Amino acid sequence: MKNLMNNVETVLQESLDGFAAAHSNIVTLGAEREFVRRKTCKPGKVALISGGGAGHEPLHAGFVGHGMLDAACPGQIFTSPTPNQMLNAAQAVDGGVGVLFIVKNYSGDMMNFQMASDMLDQENAIVIVNDDVAVEDSTYTTGRRGVAGTLIIEKILGAAAERGDSLEQLQALGNAVNKATASMGVALTSCTVPAAGKPTFQIGMHEMEVGVGIHGEPGRRRVPLASADDIAEELTSAVLKDLALTAGQEVILLVNGFGGTPMLELYLMVNAARGVLERHGVKVVRYLTGSYVTSLEMAGCSITVTAANSEFLELWDAPVHTAALRWGM
Amino acid sequence: MPLKPLIHNATQTLVDHLDELTALDQAIGDGDHGLNMKRGAQAIQAKLPELSGLPLNEALKAMGKICVAMIGGSSGPVFGTLLITLGKELPSQATAADLAVALRQGIEALTRLGKAEVGQKTLLDVLDPVQKVLAQGGPDLLARVRQCAFDSALATADMDATRGRSSFLGDRAKGHVDPGSRSMALIIGALCDTLAQA
Repeated sequence: MKNLMNNVETVLQESLDGFAAAHSNIVTLGAEREFVRRKTCKPGKVALISGGGAGHEPLHAGFVGHGMLDAACPGQIFTSPTPNQMLNAAQAVDGGVGVLFIVKNYSGDMMNFQMASDMLDQENAIVIVNDDVAVEDSTYTTGRRGVAGTLIIEKILGAAAERGDSLEQLQALGNAVNKATASMGVALTSCTVPAAGKPTFQIGMHEMEVGVGIHGEPGRRRVPLASADDIAEELTSAVLKDLALTAGQEVILLVNGFGGTPMLELYLMVNAARGVLERHGVKVVRYLTGSYVTSLEMAGCSITVTAANSEFLELWDAPVHTAALRWGM
Repeated sequence: MPLKPLIHNATQTLVDHLDELTALDQAIGDGDHGLNMKRGAQAIQAKLPELSGLPLNEALKAMGKICVAMIGGSSGPVFGTLLITLGKELPSQATAADLAVALRQGIEALTRLGKAEVGQKTLLDVLDPVQKVLAQGGPDLLARVRQCAFDSALATADMDATRGRSSFLGDRAKGHVDPGSRSMALIIGALCDTLAQA
């Protein structure tokens, strides 16, 4: 693996410095790069804070700004941030009416955010994202993983916080959007954590990993590479089955690239997924396509569907101005 | 026994085994365990002059706080909570029997934190049998604790993972040693070796 880097130890620091410089109209970097925060926070608004290991860019720092997050805490690559980061971020962006943590369901993230929540003096709550249907076995109480659906939850909650929803309302809305959201992904190649220096997993030229997680961790099964239509069929069907959608349901469709797949192929997957959804009578009313929740340079994509009601759609359409997502302003 | 060589050796073994721990975690996790343990170990080593001047229980608490603040991932909260709990439960001069009692409290704290139990391919599968050996006491205790730690870590290879990232693998995690258990055994082994030389 070849990387653009100077020193494996400073990859994250240098990237965060570049991010903050490139988006200085929207964000500032906290002390010791513990968090990326919105340049101007709104008093009287619930502060939304997320975070997680680096390597999924633009998640989460790319979603800091008007109409989305107030702060994001980046951990080392694929490593949850520490509670101290969340505590310092919460102090920096507190609007006086509570803090909501949005946490992807991974054991490390859960433990670190829970510790921060316990230690924080301000009123606070946690919304857990667990949209990945690839891992279904409910006997594993670690449960389903939080993946690309995180973007949809952060966008909808961001808009709701902006309109003045309370901490309690936001937590309930977050849980409702999470419940209405399901994702599943496929990897065609592995990814390489720079400090580890070699691919996280070995995968043959003509193989794919169905149900892959966003750290390149294995999913459901390893099978020969299939056509895009067949992949879209499997991923979309799994998502539809999980959401138990009925004909006529309106949905938001997110086709998310993992970092190593060009837009050309992602739009091809949009087309394929759209066909599957249409066949089930499900109506796509909003699309988002791009590499938003990535796994470094992994090739592949995930399909996320959110069963939308008029409130979700209104909040989805509300203005947003972040480094990675911008519309309406 | 001065704390300095104990702390140094227990952390250095993690740095020395970086490649092995990384390989173990790449097999069943996401590959960051070795680097996380190294980062925590080096953060503790950087504070070694202050830490080695503290009583045992205070040093344990301080090291636990360093783990929570510096490591992140699962290892930060897990190793941090273990050390902080041991620090709270132990007197400043501890015997093996004291350690057995404190370790039981540590195991319970980790069970609450990670909602994990013994037998689910986590470092509890090293701590629990080691605690039992300690509680039993008797001759050659250091050698038996050391052996128990390494054997127990190895035995996690036959377990199904139901906690942590490797839980997502189902059967595919079988045959691989749990990286956290291996780290725990390395730490215990280094402590036993250092104490045996004293």
